[in-house]
Amino acid sequence: MRHTLAVLVENNPGVLARVAGLFSRRGFNIDSLAVGRTENPDVSRMTIVVDGDDRVLEQVTKQLHKLVDVIKINDITVDEYVDRELVLIKVNADPAQRGEVMQIADVFRARIVDLGRRTLTLECTGNEGKINAFEESLRPYGIKELVRTGKIAMVRGSKYTGYHDNGTKEEN
Amino acid sequence: MQKTGAQILVDSLLAEGVDTIFGYPGGVVLPIYDVLYDSEIRHILTRHEQGAAHAADGYARASGKPGVCLATSGPGATNLVTGIANAYMDSVPMVAITGQVATSLLGRDSFQEADITGITLPITKHNFLVKDPKDIARTVREAFYIATSGRPGPVLIDMPKDVSSGVAEHIEPGPVQLPGYVAKKEPDPEQVARAVRAIEEAERPVIYAGGGVVSGGAHGELLELSEMLLIPVATTLMGLGGFPGNHPLSVGMLGMHGSKYANYAVNECDLLIGVGVRFDDRVTSKLEEFAPGATIMHIDIDPAEIGKNVDVDIPVVGDVRLALRQIIKRLKPRLASRWRDKIAIWKKEHPFGFEENGRIKPQQVIQEICNVTKGNARITTEVGQHQMWAAQYYTFTRPRTFISSGGLGTMGFGFPAAIGVQVACPDETVIDIAGDGSIQMNIQELATAVHYKLPVKIAIMNNGFLGMVRQWQELFYNRRYSYTELENPDFVKLAEAYGAVGIRVSKKSEVRPALEEAMAVEKPVVIDFPIEREENVYPMVPPGEPIHKMLG
Repeated sequence: MRHTLAVLVENNPGVLARVAGLFSRRGFNIDSLAVGRTENPDVSRMTIVVDGDDRVLEQVTKQLHKLVDVIKINDITVDEYVDRELVLIKVNADPAQRGEVMQIADVFRARIVDLGRRTLTLECTGNEGKINAFEESLRPYGIKELVRTGKIAMVRGSKYTGYHDNGTKEEN
Repeated sequence: MQKTGAQILVDSLLAEGVDTIFGYPGGVVLPIYDVLYDSEIRHILTRHEQGAAHAADGYARASGKPGVCLATSGPGATNLVTGIANAYMDSVPMVAITGQVATSLLGRDSFQEADITGITLPITKHNFLVKDPKDIARTVREAFYIATSGRPGPVLIDMPKDVSSGVAEHIEPGPVQLPGYVAKKEPDPEQVARAVRAIEEAERPVIYAGGGVVSGGAHGELLELSEMLLIPVATTLMGLGGFPGNHPLSVGMLGMHGSKYANYAVNECDLLIGVGVRFDDRVTSKLEEFAPGATIMHIDIDPAEIGKNVDVDIPVVGDVRLALRQIIKRLKPRLASRWRDKIAIWKKEHPFGFEENGRIKPQQVIQEICNVTKGNARITTEVGQHQMWAAQYYTFTRPRTFISSGGLGTMGFGFPAAIGVQVACPDETVIDIAGDGSIQMNIQELATAVHYKLPVKIAIMNNGFLGMVRQWQELFYNRRYSYTELENPDFVKLAEAYGAVGIRVSKKSEVRPALEEAMAVEKPVVIDFPIEREENVYPMVPPGEPIHKMLG
């Protein structure tokens, strides 16, 4: 099963290597990892999507906790959460096909961000399912280039998984 | 007050109570060595950085204080790597300090540059690259705190040359503040309550005690728990000495080369109490058939160890000493059980044994070492057959007296470790039980032992083979001894060339006199014991078999 982890880390050099290296050497499978800083410039947040059963997830969480730079881990898989991914797709679009591609963009509320003589570059945000569907819809035209950010996520409502002042790691 | 980075470093080390550093100088650590020249810290110059790391490791295991080693950048730093990995696998508190090229030269493949923080990422508990001299004092404080608290381990501090030669205000660091680091000590009362219930209900309990008992100083509590309910205790290699080996409730070591009775006991127990252990494959062998009928309890300070290898029914996360204390407090003593009698019968029926045939047997040499030292020496070992014979035939009664490379299995560990042990325990007898293969991996440290007048004794079980590999070739590769036969130097002459004493034993009757002679000399001594060439270590659990199915 795929799990979504919200991981708060100290914004130190090398922290990404520590986390990513842990996954590879322990044989855990990362589906995606997105990282950026939070409202606190000393703290970064990683959204890690990892595949594995409960046992694997328990080890992933425990091993991550052992890293000195990791402040807090939340498995938000079962929570109600908002998740987004951004994709940029450069797709073949001869003048004759442009209209069709732009219609697809409309359906997915994607934006055209660049225009070539025979290509269109589109930007789309959404959850993973939507991005997958968008990608599939454009595939017949010939995708020249594609880049996805990986998933970022935040729990809905008043519950939050951000950095608290008590400075402790919390297991969930 | 303004000081150089090197001065701040050395002052910070002194503030942590460091009295000894094992190291080797080089270009970018010159500023540090220049300060050490006038410092009251004792610096032991080893002959190889690997020797420095192992010596710091041995020092830490014998004393319980963190070991400190120092090396230059590039090759100096990479030579520490094996020693750091060794300390990591056995959870030994260590602070390794490496020089680094100046920050302006970082990342340019500069002369003697190696990305040592990158290299040691998977084999340190944490590491630091210090980029500003004003960060040194705080970094040293954090490094020692991380290395010694929670589950101990090695921490590396990388110091670029411009940082150690730069100048800054020495600001005393306050209390350590690491928001992402929690060293949990107090066990959860509910977990303790469950553990107590399980122990009270068990009919055939066995304790499986590991290195955590020794490093956590929980040997007294372990003895109390065992005696209270007459629970037999098996230890791992790392746990030897954590429970007195001569105690009636001791069943010795378990696992691949453990005693038959320990393995039988674990196989038939209904409650296995793991204390400061990690269910290593050398102990469990075939996981699915390990302690098949038992409820598994696991007491450990590292939550990540719970459920890593086996499914644990009753976890107790916390300092093992505190956890045992709390369990003992709530338990009621119980009278003798039939289970204990059964184990006593196994002990009688399946003792360790070897065939005497007039030649020198390694098992007999180890027994004699135990007799001559009255079991009071600090024993280090290298890795291989001699290590297992030492674990089987020397009776360890006190913690921190058996010092051996468990997790990594590092040949060449024992002798430099013995140097560190002797530095930590100057008035005690320190003996490295070695094989002829292993001793040659760090034999250059004879110069260190001689130079610092460290009277370490090295007992070489010399069979002209990489013995353990040969044993596997004999058992599993149809006696095809592919590159395991050694042509050795004259170890006596070699010892003498270094200024140590060499003793050659040629027959059985000379074993004891040679040991007595060695103990009487206040110098490093190498004793060469030509042992039976194709002697095997038994019992042995063949790989892939459950632990009650042993050879020999």
